[in-house]
Amino acid sequence: MLEIRNLSFAVHEDDRQKEIIHDLNLTIEDGKFTVITGPNGSGKSTLARLIMGIEKPISGSILLDGEDITALDITERAKKGISFAFQQPVRFKGIRVKDLLRLAAGKRISVSEACAYLSEVGLCARDYIDREINSSLSGGELKRIEIATLLARKTRLSVFDEPEAGIDLWSFQNLIRIFEKMRAEIRDSAIVIISHQERILQIADEILVLADGRISEKGTPAEILPRLIGQSAPVSACQKLQ
Amino acid sequence: MVQLDAIQKRLIEEIADLHSVPAGAYNFRANSKLAGRNTTANIDIVSKPDGSGIDIHVKPGTKNESVHIPVVLSESGIKETVYNDFYIGEGADVVIVAGCGIDNCGSQDSEHDGIHRFYVGKNAKIKYVEKHYGSGDGRGQRILNPVTEVYQEEGSSVEMEMEQIKGVDSTERTTLAELKADARLVVKERLMTHGSQNAVSTYRVNLNGAGATADVVSRSVARDESSQTFNARITGNAPCSGHTECDSIIMDKGRILAIPSLEANDVDAMLVHEAAIGKIAGDQLVKLMTLGLTEQEAEEQIINGFLR
Repeated sequence: MLEIRNLSFAVHEDDRQKEIIHDLNLTIEDGKFTVITGPNGSGKSTLARLIMGIEKPISGSILLDGEDITALDITERAKKGISFAFQQPVRFKGIRVKDLLRLAAGKRISVSEACAYLSEVGLCARDYIDREINSSLSGGELKRIEIATLLARKTRLSVFDEPEAGIDLWSFQNLIRIFEKMRAEIRDSAIVIISHQERILQIADEILVLADGRISEKGTPAEILPRLIGQSAPVSACQKLQ
Repeated sequence: MVQLDAIQKRLIEEIADLHSVPAGAYNFRANSKLAGRNTTANIDIVSKPDGSGIDIHVKPGTKNESVHIPVVLSESGIKETVYNDFYIGEGADVVIVAGCGIDNCGSQDSEHDGIHRFYVGKNAKIKYVEKHYGSGDGRGQRILNPVTEVYQEEGSSVEMEMEQIKGVDSTERTTLAELKADARLVVKERLMTHGSQNAVSTYRVNLNGAGATADVVSRSVARDESSQTFNARITGNAPCSGHTECDSIIMDKGRILAIPSLEANDVDAMLVHEAAIGKIAGDQLVKLMTLGLTEQEAEEQIINGFLR
């Protein structure tokens, strides 16, 4: 279980401190598929990065299974069982798909094991296992490889930052299938997805709506979706301007 | 029979991935003396009459054979210049593995300057692998100044892999190539410098015949207070195509000077150069740290991959 207590985060802009996350509280329970949604600029990706330790909060705390991990760095949090899929997967010159999967698994997994993770995300392992993770791969391919690294890690909390961003429609259909499978197989681990996509929101156990750095609503898709759909954003533009 | 001591064997492993005597032709040189030689029906190795080096003759049409010519220096204070000439017969297809390992525990400088000349016959194909390695904790410098000259006949193909990853204090590498029609040259250079090392790499490639192509790619990492200069020029004297690329990671207080240049003397010469220098990208470190690697481990993985 992940608990976030009174978490605030700010950036410096033109010598002024601008708060992105305000005194945020939430709980992510095990065995659940939680989707965090909200308008652009609401702080969704920042929240995901705070959970992984990529950003540091100005106040508040983060607890994993009751242990305060606020002071831990990225590596330590990764070792405690948190994994993170980037909105824009990172490219590497010279590092191959199988190298990244081995690093993710934390041991020298066999080629056939590595292939199993690739097949899971709908990539033909034979074509990809020796490919470099460089600009020769498309956005959709990179995204799926990114997800395969999380599968290889088998951690207790997986955070996906906008997995649908930058991928084409065809890849998107596959992506949904991957998440549906993950949700079906979820046991004592937890999955958090930052997303705008209705299809992803539909398969959530719980939806958290983030607006202006706070949780504005939470509930099941049946409770939240009707209010979100037909509205361009959970917060109207006029309300934001006021 | 090859006679090498433990240090020399370790150097050979580093530079030629050899754990035992290789199959095929070879010439081992240790501390300026011949330590072992083997010739085959198609590949002959003979010492130059004046003792300045060796001539390697590969018969026309020789296929799937290899030549190993490693050099090791394990005594301090040796300074030598060696001329090795390769005559590759028409249509031959061979792998040549050269390389120099220096272990210098003494206080005097050790220097090996290998001058390799390749005369590559029509439609012949060679793959040339050269690794440099230095070890030993003496105050004496480990110096390597290799010169490689390549003369390619029509339709010939040369692939060169040059690697210097560790322990060489000072190196000045010069590579010259002259290509006739339809000849092809591919160079892959990998370089890492650390401490206060200095490395200079100069390429001069002349594409003299129609259809000649060259691709000279260097990847390098400069750490600590080391410095590097990459200076590559491709000259197109005929309808041809050439590409040179220098991609470097700079760390600590390293310094890198990249000077790619092109000269076209024919309207149909198509030449391209690229150069990039930058530190390790922060998001690459973060990504590997999210997999549980420490920052230092992440850095090592990124560099290992980059220099692969």
